[in-house]
Amino acid sequence: MTSTDQSLPASGAQTGRKRGDPSFRERLRRNFGRWWFAYAMLTPVFIVMALLVFYPLGKGIYFSFTNADQYNALNPLLPSTYEWIGLENYTNVLRSQEFRDVLGFTAVWTFVNVFFHFTLGLALAVALNRTLKFRGTYRMLLLVPWAVPSFISAFAWRFMYNNPYGFFDQLLVKLGWESPPAFLGDPTWAKFAVITANVWLGVPFMMVALLGGLQAIDSDLLDAAAVDGANAWQRFWSVTLPGLRPVAATVILLGLIWTFNMFNVIYLITGGGPGTSTQILATYAYSNAFDFKLYGVATAYGVIILSILLVFTQFYKYTVKRMGEETWS
Amino acid sequence: MSSAGVPADTTGLGGEEVLTPQMLAATRKAPSRRGRRRVRPWYMSLVLHGSLIAATIIAIFPVFWIAISSFKPREEIISSVTLNILPDDWTLSNYREVITANDYEFLTWFGNSIVIAILTTIVGVFLSATAGYALSRYRFPGYRPALNSFLVTQMFPAAIIIVPIYQIITNLGLINQQLGLLLAYSTVAVPFCTWMLKGYFDTIPIALEEAARIDGLTPFGTFYRIVLPLSTPGLAVTCFYTFITAWNEVAFANIILLSPEKYTLPVGLRTYVYQFDQAWEKLTAGAMLVTIPAVLVFLFAQRYLVSGLTRGGVKG
Repeated sequence: MTSTDQSLPASGAQTGRKRGDPSFRERLRRNFGRWWFAYAMLTPVFIVMALLVFYPLGKGIYFSFTNADQYNALNPLLPSTYEWIGLENYTNVLRSQEFRDVLGFTAVWTFVNVFFHFTLGLALAVALNRTLKFRGTYRMLLLVPWAVPSFISAFAWRFMYNNPYGFFDQLLVKLGWESPPAFLGDPTWAKFAVITANVWLGVPFMMVALLGGLQAIDSDLLDAAAVDGANAWQRFWSVTLPGLRPVAATVILLGLIWTFNMFNVIYLITGGGPGTSTQILATYAYSNAFDFKLYGVATAYGVIILSILLVFTQFYKYTVKRMGEETWS
Repeated sequence: MSSAGVPADTTGLGGEEVLTPQMLAATRKAPSRRGRRRVRPWYMSLVLHGSLIAATIIAIFPVFWIAISSFKPREEIISSVTLNILPDDWTLSNYREVITANDYEFLTWFGNSIVIAILTTIVGVFLSATAGYALSRYRFPGYRPALNSFLVTQMFPAAIIIVPIYQIITNLGLINQQLGLLLAYSTVAVPFCTWMLKGYFDTIPIALEEAARIDGLTPFGTFYRIVLPLSTPGLAVTCFYTFITAWNEVAFANIILLSPEKYTLPVGLRTYVYQFDQAWEKLTAGAMLVTIPAVLVFLFAQRYLVSGLTRGGVKG
């Protein structure tokens, strides 16, 4: 355990294996001698993760196979009598019409949001990447939706969509619409309302991230393309966009995961209503747990959400890798 | 870009969007490569400025509308059926009312929110700094699984662990207590901070540590005396995002905090508008009192943190 054994990264990276074939015990002892410092540094987080993440995760998965609800679980006044019921929660959920509706809206919600976050964010980033008067002012003001605490933004949108004295209804009356829609009371309009609000909320992040990506593109490439006679559109399409791909691949994946799991906007603007028309999987699972107190069903939803995200992420990484990117190593 | 560039709270608890140090570092002033470009024709300028102005108006309008409405008396907010941008008669009574209502409950919520966000930040950063360092510098056996487990944690939907966490908190008798909420927030903050700090430590050149080791510092001494001081910008960014995430959290706070004097801001303000008699005049005034400091801090911190990040350490 000399000091050179606490190898700094590069040197220590490969040497852990391949020295004859010592017994398992021996290897364990040697590894520990070599890496005790790294393990010691990890211990606090490991303990917290074990108690607060992995144990609850296991417990949550277990719950999803039981009939736990408010009468037989988590009730301080009653004994815990919930039972193993196998896959019943899953079959019930997957067969139900609500699940299909919620899944459908989750898909629409996720892709529409990320599509507009990305396209609008990219457009603004391109505009801000030019020499421009008031560039700093624009940039600062465009960051406002990101700077405002998200729960305040959600309340602001709920206020503007209010019927009949919200801003939008008043505006429509002024424009001659006699009885403007109750945006949050109608299933279709409510979907529209939460999506617009969330698009507004998410554009600045994409803008800043993509602006960073744009500024990292080698300007010599653009100049070379210009010399070769490419017009502005061709330069954008053939030089700028490919150059953005590593950043774009990352922020789009993040955006998809965040939006998929977004809780605040929906919960605070519509609470999932009217009916379940604006529920996405994340809010609907919560609603199952704490409105209906169906803990088994709620955790089954949680497991389904996690599975979808894991499968999707693997697929996404695979696709990006196949396109020849080294975004993830 | 390092493979570690994607830490994020994706649990849906806070929903805060996060820039990695690498992304932030890239948002400096535009490069001065445009010197010899030809001048843009006037109609292009018009289109450019026109779209940017339109975007800016949309970006600030909801905040503007809240601000304006907070100066309207209740009757004007809930009775005007025709569009009335500026208040007919300006008043500060909404502010007075929201601050003094129910024995200054708004200020209590404000205080609760600040306390819980600060505690979460301290717990998160203190616990995870060493782990972030270990993950950044050592390729120990078990490194891959450890790293992957942090990644998957970022993807967790709240739904899967919120029930068990709720059960743990109930069993410990911490329902309706700040400590219970702190426990719940740690589930998000600790892995998040570990990711963020690992990402920042990755950007610090290793030469200094090697020198420090040769000069006889212990491994921990190297971390504590050399790496941590160099990482102040990274620590600041991590603290900032952790604070914001806890500040915005609704899902856990909503089920753990039961009595009004324990509420945090989002839970408390929500009671104003999720009741039969929606008190928008109180909500708008309260929202302004929360938003103004938040926006000022954000805009200030943003600039400071960005320049701090680009300055940190020495270039490898």
